[in-house]
Amino acid sequence: MSVTADEVLDCSGLACPMPILKTKKAIDALEPGKILKMIATDAGSQSDIDAWTNRTGHVLVDSEVSGDKFIFFIQKKA
Amino acid sequence: MGTTRRLGIIAGHGTLDAAYPPLILATSAAALDMEAAIFFTFYGLEIIKKGQADKLQVAPIGNPAMPVSVPNIVGMLPGMTAMATRMMNGWMEKANVAKISELLEMAQMAEVRLIACQMTMDVMGIKKEDLMDGVEIGGATTFLAYVGEDAISLSF
Repeated sequence: MSVTADEVLDCSGLACPMPILKTKKAIDALEPGKILKMIATDAGSQSDIDAWTNRTGHVLVDSEVSGDKFIFFIQKKA
Repeated sequence: MGTTRRLGIIAGHGTLDAAYPPLILATSAAALDMEAAIFFTFYGLEIIKKGQADKLQVAPIGNPAMPVSVPNIVGMLPGMTAMATRMMNGWMEKANVAKISELLEMAQMAEVRLIACQMTMDVMGIKKEDLMDGVEIGGATTFLAYVGEDAISLSF
């Protein structure tokens, strides 16, 4: 499955809670329906992004692990 | 949705390690579109003193969980607290953890309410002008009224 991102946010190297705080900020700046690609190296971000999208209603459309990087595609809710 | 929309935290300790959880949780709550407030009382007031956030310390004495174990008889020697603090700041920096001052800034940007406890300010001789700009002053009732409306409440 390939998803095209409208915006990319690189949180590599950042520790909790920064990836989530930055993701929230980036999503807020997007138009509904647009997709944010977020890259993190914090292993906790897998669980955190799951919880965050469940709670906020934004949609985790795809995610992948590449080397030490966790990549998330998050669609802003309508 | 039936989900709690509010988080109220009591920060009662002014050590480097104790300052993190309230700020991490409050900023994360804001990212979850929750309201959040931190009530700073007793030594917790140290966290929100002007210019103090990045000078908080951690003492090895009476702290058997330090990653490098320090016997109490050594921990009591002059300079040991400064040394342990330098070590912990080093570990934090290496792990790319935000500084306390950065988390405070994020919290204020996310409209987390920072409430200083009036009574303990009086006890400890702390004035409003000693505290960061944007901090509110309140009492126990302020906190209870806030968390009384279906909030998660935690104390550190």
